[in-house]
Amino acid sequence: MQEIEEFVIEHTTDCEAPNEQIKRESIFSNVKYLILGILFGIIFVKAEIISWFRIQEMFRLSAFHMYGVIGTAITVGAISVFLIKKFNIKTIDGERVIFHPKTFNKGQIFGGLIFGLGWAITGACPGPLFAQIGSGFLAVIITLLSAIAGTWVYGRFRDKLTH
Amino acid sequence: MLEIIKQPWPWYVSGILIGLTVPALLLIGNKSFGVSSSLRHICAACLPSKIPFFSYNWKKEIWNLFFVAGILLGGFIAVQLLSNPEPIQIAASTKAQLAALGVKDFSGLMPMDLFGVDQILSLKGLIFMVIGGFAVGFGTRYAGGCTSGHAIMGLSNLQLPSLIATISFMVGGFVSTWVLLPIIFKLIA
Repeated sequence: MQEIEEFVIEHTTDCEAPNEQIKRESIFSNVKYLILGILFGIIFVKAEIISWFRIQEMFRLSAFHMYGVIGTAITVGAISVFLIKKFNIKTIDGERVIFHPKTFNKGQIFGGLIFGLGWAITGACPGPLFAQIGSGFLAVIITLLSAIAGTWVYGRFRDKLTH
Repeated sequence: MLEIIKQPWPWYVSGILIGLTVPALLLIGNKSFGVSSSLRHICAACLPSKIPFFSYNWKKEIWNLFFVAGILLGGFIAVQLLSNPEPIQIAASTKAQLAALGVKDFSGLMPMDLFGVDQILSLKGLIFMVIGGFAVGFGTRYAGGCTSGHAIMGLSNLQLPSLIATISFMVGGFVSTWVLLPIIFKLIA
């Protein structure tokens, strides 16, 4: 089997969910991510993790549900990553799967704390924001717009923040 | 079968399915799982304003926008076709604590007395949507990821920075729940 040359794509600043596929994807080919997103959105709603109440239960240590969901997801994810690395499993296009080691910076603490504050208030992390809107909680459109604004303000003042 | 699907899904079923998103994205397109980057791509696409952080080829990352559009559609489909007719079951202690703070609506996934459209222009809207949302967007970007990018993808790949980020998310959430929310509910009462 032909070995695929390592191909590093430059990202201006690290993106946590980068596209590392070498083969170009058409708009049509991106539909598979739409479908995966749909399945993911359905799971979000049916697992009730988009619920403000479930997030409150988690932070009030009154229910195991959210800890169970996140813990199981990490376990399944970790086993999958281990198997992909161990058996050098290729993508459907035959490319080598690229993993991204993360480097520590203080932003992970400061930003993490700020996100945590918002998480308990809104009852949502970014993924569930989209699912909440789809579920008919239209006021969350405001939350999403504000989250986009927050991201923009971070980008604007990034060089003035401690990292 | 449909009746079973309409029930709320147990944590282990949901957890396994969410965990499988990690290898699914890696194997169908060499993509690392992460949602908050979509917010950055929206900034880069709509209002880059010559800011270096938003000056990159966002079209190359467009898969992420397809993915979040799917999440939105999935939420719609789940509610329209697979909705649970019963009210949500909330742990008794959480329900009692929230009722004591002043939450009134316990019928759906979100309390409508805080997140209803009629609250947008009120102080509740300012706190729960505008300020809360801003903290989510600013914080996740500052941290370099959210629950998906750090807690699930990062920890699956055994990354220490992701563990630090995840612990910080949780600490922030506990402080918000136990310190900020009582103050907020006094303000809006």
